[in-house]
Amino acid sequence: MSLDISIKITDRQGILHTIDAPTDMALNLMEVIRLYELVPEGTIGICGGMAMCASCQCYVQSSHLLPEKTADEEAMLSEALNVQPNSRLGCQIQINTEMDGLEVELAPEE
Amino acid sequence: MIKTDILIIGAGPTGLFAVFEAGLLKLKCHLIDALAEPGGQCSEIYPKKPIYDIPAYPEILAGDLTKKLLEQSKQFEPGFTLGERAETIEKQVDGSFVVTTNKGTQHSAPVVAIAGGLGSFEPRKPAIKNLSDYEDHGVAYMIKDPEVYRNKRVVIAGGGDSALDWTIFLSEVASNVTLIHRRTEFRGALDSVEKVQALKDNGSIDLITPAEVTGLYGKSKLDSISYSVSNEKEQHIKTDAFIPLFGLSPKLGPISNWGLEIEKNAIKVNNSLDYQTNIPGIFAIGDVNIYPGKLKLILCGFHEATLMCQAAYKIINPGKRLVLKYTTVTGIDGFDGSRKEATKSVVKSID
Repeated sequence: MSLDISIKITDRQGILHTIDAPTDMALNLMEVIRLYELVPEGTIGICGGMAMCASCQCYVQSSHLLPEKTADEEAMLSEALNVQPNSRLGCQIQINTEMDGLEVELAPEE
Repeated sequence: MIKTDILIIGAGPTGLFAVFEAGLLKLKCHLIDALAEPGGQCSEIYPKKPIYDIPAYPEILAGDLTKKLLEQSKQFEPGFTLGERAETIEKQVDGSFVVTTNKGTQHSAPVVAIAGGLGSFEPRKPAIKNLSDYEDHGVAYMIKDPEVYRNKRVVIAGGGDSALDWTIFLSEVASNVTLIHRRTEFRGALDSVEKVQALKDNGSIDLITPAEVTGLYGKSKLDSISYSVSNEKEQHIKTDAFIPLFGLSPKLGPISNWGLEIEKNAIKVNNSLDYQTNIPGIFAIGDVNIYPGKLKLILCGFHEATLMCQAAYKIINPGKRLVLKYTTVTGIDGFDGSRKEATKSVVKSID
């Protein structure tokens, strides 16, 4: 059985990327985006993945059941710009096999 | 004009450690940082978060790391230009550089070390249409000198640590403090949240939640703001100052126009030698640089700072040889006249 899942990510230029994300490397969505260099370094994951900046904000477009937002993520999203009801912080979404077929769009850079 | 040996742009951990390493070589440093306090990301974004990969510290809070680094370099008397962003650089005929900030402060040095991390932190500004018209006329995004607000009416917006901490601080200084936040929950140290609760309960501050500031008014300077509570009708309050504290986001900014080779939002350096950029005399150390195998780790920044100082010495003292000295052997002579050294062992016979 493959340990990779397929994720569709629309980058900040509107280009759709379909990528294979490993589920056995303890990666979160923000790190997967960096792994594939879908956005320039230095414009995502600025705080390192502590939910303390919104540089990895994305809009979840598929109906996957994702982990609930933590209080930290809620608080960050309450202060971020360009927030939509389907906004999430990529760094707070740990990639697992349930997320096969996930579709997200990256929010604009602040 | 501020004159120094090594002008360091960025007062984060890498820049602060460079002061120490330069001091060992008798080189003086001056640091420029866009933030009002030294420490960079460690102090601004996550001061209360632990770091586990600083050698010899099994665990240290980022804010404490800054304090320790300041303490370590103190005897080398670094100068600071804080709350100003390095804007332009000009090479002089004698080979030295003049760096000017956005406030016009000029610095001259034979060596420039960019330790700028992810860039200078620019405040995230709320989407209020005439916000920029009032910048420096009542609107400020960071507080450099709280005395400016003595006996003034102040409105603070935001829900994080800095909004809470400044609300607490200014409640003692300003004539009136109003804190406005989009949500009823605040994110900060428990102690700060509780203090703000107490200030609200005893009427020392006004707390308006969940609300958003919607407009700014005043002829030449700010005199009132409007806000709405959960999208209901707007209300107005008189104020002398509006301070939105929505965090900061880093931008490489003006240094990207200095003619340096940039790759992936970072400055390319020669990592096999001394972390010098394509412009001789300008170095880039820490998270701001890139080279094959680069890791953005504080401990890597320390190493890069150390090698940069050796190369800076050779530029500043041409022709002089440099022998590596161990602090344990030679001790440390501070520029302030202080001396630290190992205690001498006693040679005495035991009868």
